[in-house]
Amino acid sequence: MSTSHATPRETTEGTVYTVTGGDWDEVVQSAVTSDDERIVVNMGPQHPSTHGVLRLILEIDGETVTEARCGIGYLHTGIEKNLEYRTWTQGTTFVTRMDYLTSFFNETAYCLGVEKLLGIEDQIPDRATVIRVLLMELNRLSSHLVAIATGGMELGATTIMIYGFRDRELILDAYELITGLRMNHAFIRPGGLAQDLPPGSVDHLREMIKTLRKNLPEYDALATGNPIFQGRMRDVGYLDLTGCMALGATGPILRAAGLPHDLRKSDPYCGYETYDFTVPTTESCDAYGRFLVRLEEMRQSLNIVEQCLDRLAPGPVMVADKKIAWPAQLALGPDGLGNSLDHIKKIMGTSMEALIHHFKLVTEGFRVPAGQAYAAVESPKGELGAHVVSDGGTRPYRVHFRDPSFTNLQAMAAMCEGGQVADVIVAVASIDPVMGGVDR
Amino acid sequence: MTGEQEPRGDERGGEGAVPAARDATGEVIGVRKGMFGAQNGGDTSGYGGLVRTVALPGAASRPYGGPRTGPGEEGVFDEIADELEGALEEQDLLPENAIEKTVVDRGEMTFHVAREHLVRVARTLRDDPALRFELCTGVSGVHYPGDKGRELHAVYHLRSLTHGRLVRMEVSAPDADPHVPSLVEVYPTNDWHERETYDFFGLIFDGHPALTRIMMPDDWQGFPQRKDYPLGGIAVEYKGAQIPAPDQRRSYT
Repeated sequence: MSTSHATPRETTEGTVYTVTGGDWDEVVQSAVTSDDERIVVNMGPQHPSTHGVLRLILEIDGETVTEARCGIGYLHTGIEKNLEYRTWTQGTTFVTRMDYLTSFFNETAYCLGVEKLLGIEDQIPDRATVIRVLLMELNRLSSHLVAIATGGMELGATTIMIYGFRDRELILDAYELITGLRMNHAFIRPGGLAQDLPPGSVDHLREMIKTLRKNLPEYDALATGNPIFQGRMRDVGYLDLTGCMALGATGPILRAAGLPHDLRKSDPYCGYETYDFTVPTTESCDAYGRFLVRLEEMRQSLNIVEQCLDRLAPGPVMVADKKIAWPAQLALGPDGLGNSLDHIKKIMGTSMEALIHHFKLVTEGFRVPAGQAYAAVESPKGELGAHVVSDGGTRPYRVHFRDPSFTNLQAMAAMCEGGQVADVIVAVASIDPVMGGVDR
Repeated sequence: MTGEQEPRGDERGGEGAVPAARDATGEVIGVRKGMFGAQNGGDTSGYGGLVRTVALPGAASRPYGGPRTGPGEEGVFDEIADELEGALEEQDLLPENAIEKTVVDRGEMTFHVAREHLVRVARTLRDDPALRFELCTGVSGVHYPGDKGRELHAVYHLRSLTHGRLVRMEVSAPDADPHVPSLVEVYPTNDWHERETYDFFGLIFDGHPALTRIMMPDDWQGFPQRKDYPLGGIAVEYKGAQIPAPDQRRSYT
């Protein structure tokens, strides 16, 4: 590189420019356009602060990120393809593993889609719907707790991490009590639920809510007013409403930009219109706003869980239609969770027809009339949509999940470019992507 | 429950929904023979001779119905169709050229759009104040090998936050010419979604800024979610018996 005013010459200490007067703008310009200080940093896919196997490709100039791109696909497991080789009921076992932090939302979106195709939305028992809402709201709490906990950890605020996982543990205990598993439940099934709530679970949940009510204000006390926390979060990862709409960002990102859009209010499902809750928003468009939105949503979710417990009435948890309903309920036997002994006694000892029915429904599955349906739920991360297509067979013809993490992660570049490298971590944490959902 | 669809009204359109008349034949995507998946002898059930046509719900005719906004009003689906057709006519585009057919099924409305007019229709759906579908929830590809000449479908779900509505837009391309215009200029959110659909179905979105694979490795051969692409997997021995790979097992469709 040479200009008429600055002639470079190579020395043992690097290039030396001899400036001989004239136009300094050109000198500055040539320094800016030279590639000396610009490096491309590969962050991830194995990096503790990229939320799983996310690869960030950052072009940095000093401490400033000039370009940021995402590399994804490291956790692609072909779930959508696999679904096409299983029955409709087995599908829940797969979708629950997509975004593994929001299992119940995946299961519900999928089941609502299948039920829409079957035309049985009105036949789902109330108790099943209430339990679905209850589990989803508990799941919103646990997902937001992870978002806040890991987000804090990436800032170096390990206390928030410890607190967050402590409280999430309470919720996972409740899952374990209800579904038998801490993750990957496959509990919500087309037509209802795999199993009713076990005895004592309502009391357990009420106790848990009491503990959580005591614990939630601690996040406020610890972080909300904390000057270091604010210093790291405010005006970082900025994405305004226009950006959100263009990039399709939903969930806390959209609500932190001031738009109170929540599918539970705007396009209610599972009877959400009958619950009393508010949709929190902030106007700050930044990571701090998203933190505040998540914090308030957790409080609202606790309220909804309480309302669910109040309106739980005894009743069936599976549709009455024997052509669709899973023939057996799960029960705990000496060898673990399985078909209830009463049911096995019936099909093996007394009714040949019941045995045939059980065998047909379990191995072959039910047929779903041809067509397509789209069911969307408001997951903790945004709009989670399931596009479900049937060709009239016993297996899904095509299932596509519109995962909010996948869509929201596109906003990473818009949030990070022009900012500091350290702020990339904060911005990505505020998107709260889960790679299981992004890559599926 | 066979592949044939009874023409049924929009029974879930809510209180006072107007049922939409439906073409009874539907869109045939394949023919299914037999019952138990046994293709080479061995089926003694007597169902081996069954032949059934697989058809997706066919085009609906006016009125489309949908939930009503008030007593005496027309259904929301008619409102959307009226507005869209009117807006297209204003742009000197004949609605019947742009919209191949309109399907109303299970309380959802689908516009099947001719691919050469896709961008214009999407822009109209986004910008027209009476439509205002601001949010695109991405692309979902579907492969119908039996739908000759329109094997590859791209399905878009558009949400209007202003009016609280959802419509589906579907566009198709033949296997031989898998090109569909990109919607990234209208909905930037479709960037990754189109890359994903390209990656899995080989649909080429013309005009996309950087159409590369996104999930599969860059040097991957083939498009995994097409129906003719095998799932793969290996047989596993369990307690002395060979359990075939999932795509080799008997299917009951």
